[in-house]
Amino acid sequence: MSAPQTPAPAAPAASAGPILSLRDVWVEYGDKIVLEKVELDFEAGSFVSIVGPSGAGKSSLLRVILGQEVPTRGRILLDGELLNPECGPDRGVVFQRYSVFPHLSALGNVVFGLECEKAPLMARLFGTARKAAEAQAAEMLAAVGLGDAMHLYPAQMSGGMQQRLAIAQALLKRPRILLLDEPFGALDPGIRADMHALITQLWRDYSLTIIMVTHDIREAFSLGTRVLALDKRRHDPHAPHRFGATAVYDLALRKSPASAASTAGDTAPAEPTQKIAQERASA
Amino acid sequence: MRWVNRQIRRSDAVLLGAVPILLLMLVYLFLAVSRHAANPFDKILPLPQGMVAGMVPLLFQPDQLSGQYVFWADTLASLERLGLGLGIATLTSLVIGLVLGVLPPVRATIGPLVTGIAVIPPIALLPILFIALGLGETAKVALIVIGITPVMVRDIAAYVGSLPREQIIKAQTLGAGSWQIMLRVALPQALPRLIYALRLALGPAWVFLISAEAIASDIGLGYRIFLVRRYLSMDVIIPYVAWIALLAIVMDVALAQLSRRAFPWAHGASH
Repeated sequence: MSAPQTPAPAAPAASAGPILSLRDVWVEYGDKIVLEKVELDFEAGSFVSIVGPSGAGKSSLLRVILGQEVPTRGRILLDGELLNPECGPDRGVVFQRYSVFPHLSALGNVVFGLECEKAPLMARLFGTARKAAEAQAAEMLAAVGLGDAMHLYPAQMSGGMQQRLAIAQALLKRPRILLLDEPFGALDPGIRADMHALITQLWRDYSLTIIMVTHDIREAFSLGTRVLALDKRRHDPHAPHRFGATAVYDLALRKSPASAASTAGDTAPAEPTQKIAQERASA
Repeated sequence: MRWVNRQIRRSDAVLLGAVPILLLMLVYLFLAVSRHAANPFDKILPLPQGMVAGMVPLLFQPDQLSGQYVFWADTLASLERLGLGLGIATLTSLVIGLVLGVLPPVRATIGPLVTGIAVIPPIALLPILFIALGLGETAKVALIVIGITPVMVRDIAAYVGSLPREQIIKAQTLGAGSWQIMLRVALPQALPRLIYALRLALGPAWVFLISAEAIASDIGLGYRIFLVRRYLSMDVIIPYVAWIALLAIVMDVALAQLSRRAFPWAHGASH
């Protein structure tokens, strides 16, 4: 895996306050309350895992941060400014499935992000501009381990390769935050361990801020610098939908992202817990 | 071995597929021969040599009045109408289907209209077309277009609308706007489906073509069939119908090939 050639995105704002803040966020569908009174701050450079039972609003929280949904109440601040309630290039995303475009090769999938930015009308680049964009995309593909698969279509790739491609797509846009929605949920245990190593590596190399929703508690603890557990604080047996979920546990696993990064100088995942988790997962 | 598990090899499949066709031909020949044994001048079930005799003047001799080779002139006229109709319908349904599928406000505005037009039997509109556009080529082409476009539009719109939401979201996080999503995400993925919809529309398109030609025309495959019907000329009708079937099959195969060549990613992993 090659080292990043471009400056890390999160570096300048790392010293100033939280990169993302949720203030009194509620999400309601009709009279069903999904999230209630969510108050969270996300530090730049952190790797936050979100766990919780099904239906506890993990995905709703992610959709709200992504801008795919507008919260019923409350404010979301990105870099101290009110978040635009529409998806945009400042927030990258990798879903469990369908994150890549089946009609484009791996290279085309990654170049697409550059083409949208530089060619608003045609959404296509030609000549030297295309060459430059392809070189940049090829570098990113190499960084996620797809250097030899640049001309394959997603249908010719394994699930793990498709997720690598989805990550490469997202990283090329240098998002302020990378959102992962159960990114490794559909993968084989062995592949999943590889992907854990990859995402840890990228998180360090590119100083990413990652928010990951997962069902896998072990994964949440081995990857994250902070684990949030979403659940309902109160429960009304006669009207279970009238109370929403919020962060019931907020566990900081390491004091700061800097100390976490400093303990891991080599490329292999250094944390013993993570190694154990990976061995268990692949067994 | 259970029948659900029996896989047929390709060479065997060709053989098996030919059996019912050959059988049908044999049955026809048997009936034709037995009718001719009873009445040598039977016109209802002509023998193959009768069909050849009936077709040779149309194929190789110029018509005394118009100077045209009737069969080829008919084919050309029909294919021209069909091609125009299919072309206009394909382009229209691609554009409308795309905006309907991608843009919810457009879907809310135009969707009911398209549904409304789609439920009108196109043949019922034929008198209106003849009154409005005259009896010329325009009305015939318009019938084909009106007949197949609404179905194709709805198919493309539904297909584009069912593209995974994740893809549309992902494209936006990569910086794409509505126009770019339409151009680079929805359009390329709609094209193989468009060819598929066009293949399905070939059948109805032929129906509308033959209907229009039967009612008001002076040339065309459908016109000829309905014209010679007056003389019970089954020796011309049957070869004409077989020719239409052949043309339809060639078009279908060509479109299927085109889709496989142009959009390998849409046809499984083997490319």
